[in-house]
Amino acid sequence: MKRILLTLLTFTLIMSTAFANGQGEEETVKIGAILAVTGGASFLGAPESKTIEMLAEQINADGGINGRQIELIIKDSAANPEKAISFAKQLIEEDKVIAIIGPSTSGETMQIKDLCESYKTPLVSCAAAEDIVNPVASYVFKTPQKDSYVAELIFQTMNSMGITKIGVVAANSGFGNAGKGQLEKYAPQYGIEIALAETYDRAATDLTALLTKINAEDVQAVVNWSIVPAQSIVPKNMKQLGMDVPLFQSHGFGNIQYVIAAGEAANGIIFPAGRLLVADELPDSNPQKATLVAYKNAYESRYNEPASTFGGHAYDALSIIVEAAKKADSLSREDLRNAIESLTGFPGTGGVFNYSKDDHNGLGMDSLAILTVKDGAFALY
Amino acid sequence: MTSEQILQYIFSGITVGSIYALVAIGYNIIYNTTGIINLAQGEFVMLGGMIAYSLSQIMSLVPAVVLAVLITGAVGSLIEIVFIRRMKKSSVLGMIVITIGISIIIREIALLIWDEQIRALRFFTGNEISSIDILGARISPQVLWIVGVTALIVMALYLFFRFTLTGQAMRACSSNTRAAKLCGIRTSRMVNLSFMLAAGIGALGGCLVSPLTQTHYSMGSELAIKGFIVAILGGLGNPMAAVAAGLLLGLIESFSISFLPMVYKDVISILILLVILVLKPSGLFGSRQTSSLKDF
Amino acid sequence: MKLKKYYPIVLLAGVLVLIQLLTLITGTAYYLTQLTMAAYYVVVALGLSMVMGYAGQISLGQAGFFAIGGYTTAVLTTFDLTDKISRPFFAFLDKIGLLVHKVTLYGDSIVHLSPWISFILALVLAGVVAYSIGVPVLRLKGHYLGMATMGFGIIIYRIVLGTHIFGEADGISNVPAFPILPGITIGGDFSIRIINYYTAWFFVILAMVLLLNLINSRTGRALRSLHGGEDAADAMGVNTAQYKVKVFVIGAVFAAAAGVFITHYNGGIGPSESSVAKSVRYVAIVAVGGMANLWGVLIMGLFLNFLSLRGLFGVYDDAVFGIILVIIMMFFPDGLFQPASLNRIKRILRGK
Repeated sequence: MKRILLTLLTFTLIMSTAFANGQGEEETVKIGAILAVTGGASFLGAPESKTIEMLAEQINADGGINGRQIELIIKDSAANPEKAISFAKQLIEEDKVIAIIGPSTSGETMQIKDLCESYKTPLVSCAAAEDIVNPVASYVFKTPQKDSYVAELIFQTMNSMGITKIGVVAANSGFGNAGKGQLEKYAPQYGIEIALAETYDRAATDLTALLTKINAEDVQAVVNWSIVPAQSIVPKNMKQLGMDVPLFQSHGFGNIQYVIAAGEAANGIIFPAGRLLVADELPDSNPQKATLVAYKNAYESRYNEPASTFGGHAYDALSIIVEAAKKADSLSREDLRNAIESLTGFPGTGGVFNYSKDDHNGLGMDSLAILTVKDGAFALY
Repeated sequence: MTSEQILQYIFSGITVGSIYALVAIGYNIIYNTTGIINLAQGEFVMLGGMIAYSLSQIMSLVPAVVLAVLITGAVGSLIEIVFIRRMKKSSVLGMIVITIGISIIIREIALLIWDEQIRALRFFTGNEISSIDILGARISPQVLWIVGVTALIVMALYLFFRFTLTGQAMRACSSNTRAAKLCGIRTSRMVNLSFMLAAGIGALGGCLVSPLTQTHYSMGSELAIKGFIVAILGGLGNPMAAVAAGLLLGLIESFSISFLPMVYKDVISILILLVILVLKPSGLFGSRQTSSLKDF
Repeated sequence: MKLKKYYPIVLLAGVLVLIQLLTLITGTAYYLTQLTMAAYYVVVALGLSMVMGYAGQISLGQAGFFAIGGYTTAVLTTFDLTDKISRPFFAFLDKIGLLVHKVTLYGDSIVHLSPWISFILALVLAGVVAYSIGVPVLRLKGHYLGMATMGFGIIIYRIVLGTHIFGEADGISNVPAFPILPGITIGGDFSIRIINYYTAWFFVILAMVLLLNLINSRTGRALRSLHGGEDAADAMGVNTAQYKVKVFVIGAVFAAAAGVFITHYNGGIGPSESSVAKSVRYVAIVAVGGMANLWGVLIMGLFLNFLSLRGLFGVYDDAVFGIILVIIMMFFPDGLFQPASLNRIKRILRGK
């Protein structure tokens, strides 16, 4: 009995401390973010989180949204859907944010898509899958380029190289699976045969067995679609197995760390990506150039690490919300949503955004460029 | 399947299997002196790779690896002094839980120090694109390093436990702690030594695989699980059997990929292991008599 | 004497009502969301506490059973039967009210199986799987049992992660709400939050009553003898194997039920719910709760899950968890909720 009383006493104590948290002041404009800062998708979430923290400071220094400071509330979901759901409910109801940035992964985004739609809270996702904006939910937007554009660009490049038979490997993550699906969907249109398509674990460290299996199919090229470190293991393992066919990667390769980790083996990899990686090479007439160079320099000088396209997606999400909020009739969620949907010609890091009623991604295929790796650096193909 | 392909799968299996074996050897060394399965063993592999990478920025490869092994060994020893030594009369479950806790803490500290980016150590010979032809199969020179050094470690351990006084003392602790104490062996020092040794071997493994598999702060838990499975499969307390079990698991995994989608790789291998375990609960190479005497 | 053991449960119910009223008065009803989710995780931990604490068997695969429950119901209730409704079997189900017609947010009308069917199927499936694994595996001991149960967990994780109908890495979303009784629906809508809070905690209390009764029954006595020493219990004529399997199955069914409820409450499930890391979390909660201490497990399960789901630890979620594990195992190996704990804390504060 004594034990039980002690237990219940602690229980009440815990609960009362939990409720003791006071409410914040109402002056600021709250924007929520659910990002996988740690855990299996930290390759996405960590740069995203760093980026929006930096950008929010810049925006506030420049006067915020029409004079009101913005307050970012970043929640780390560690790529767990149940946490993403819990956090989304918190942000919507408790913190009363005007919009939510993220989540980083497609799976989490799909879990909270209907929630944001039901409670009329604008969600600007940093995840790639097409399902996020198809069917169009009136409150759900996304910033990364569509998977299908990437798949089509890869196939167009293959057509010009005369490649007809390929092998596909993809990470078993939301990003990898969605990409593999798009490749399989568009391959017939471009007259390309996929001899073998397989996924590997996101934590995979050795892919020689899988690549041996693909090599046995006499493919003319390999496509690897992932965001995980295995992106630099695939090229290494291919060279090690003596596979000389070209390697295509997805836009998930847009992080120079992967090139460094793959070393010599990275040279010659072909992949479509946003223009952030080659910002300095762009002509001054490019509408994105100013944004890209500004983001890249600010990020790299502040965090002392190279900017990646993933961080860029979060940069776009926050700047789109802020830009729309400045133009919106009021800071209500509904007006903000309308303002985002009518945003056109907005240069972000991923491309020039043109949102409309039917297009909540807002990017065209021209937002991507075909890049390659030359002497350990990104270059236009 | 052509013979080259079969050979290729075998090489792939041996590479992966050697890594598992190295982790499992670490488990066994600690288990033998303490009866503890140290689930933080995978973190030593990660630490070895990370520390060696950071050091290799300011020095050449060999001293970086040696220092990384020594530093990780010291970490292992510290963990024993700070945590394990204070755990008196703890249950198997308690030990499993605390080593899981320790592994989480090491991982989070690694995240703070090295962030979420991947690191790859330089290749010991050649570079990312070098490849050696063996009977039609191709492997990276680093694979030879991994397999070779693993073999050396196994031999050195065998000689150490067999012929050195310290090694014999450690074995004495394992067969009967109290008797060992009565014979004047300082068992606490032996326990500490076993943590140091296990951490050092893990770290060396981490350096060996880093060029190929790369090092990431969260790589430890996956390795810890695979190493645990291998150690159990071989029969706890038998480092040599762990090597055989490790190679076996690697080969099963590698060949399962050849006829099944890779996503089910772990399903196949673990299913096989479970069946083995149920048929022979003392592990593949353990004997029923000794296992029934041991206190699990 | 019989009634006396229910006093704490009445007390718990009182505290729960108090909390709800408190949130009502302070206008912080949103806390109930995480309290509801935490309640379901507590049910998993309670079942595991029986397996580990009372029967003394390590299970590092409890999340696997949770996933069997959650995924079974998610798959069955998100499958659109519109094309198949004309078939005799489904027409019959429709007639007796076991199919649900509904219109999605995007204006599509769909037909899906009643969650009641999937709920029952999920429990049966979890029970059958637990039984067929339990019989061979529970003969193993210590680390070997740990590895076998962990292996089971990994297999489930890999299957949901690699199979298309389980949504692979994305998991399954858009799982409908679960109307268990008229007026009581398990779902994430803010308007039915209070009823969900009470429903969830009703299940916790139900689980507590069931388990407390089990402990004081013949089975409970057999279990205690088992924990003390299996060989001795065997010699006394206790059928240890049978009791171990029984408790293992109970633990699995509890986990599966919690999995079903939370999947409907959240409207979805993802593979992370079945990961080894999650299983380890359950083990840890049971350990810090004091193994064979249902009340301790209840409190720690609630406390840790509530704070974690609220994101209080931020990016240090895992780190905080690891530190708690180590501290509790080092200084309070029997769990925090022991009368001796206070003295222990005093001694530590005084520097031993």
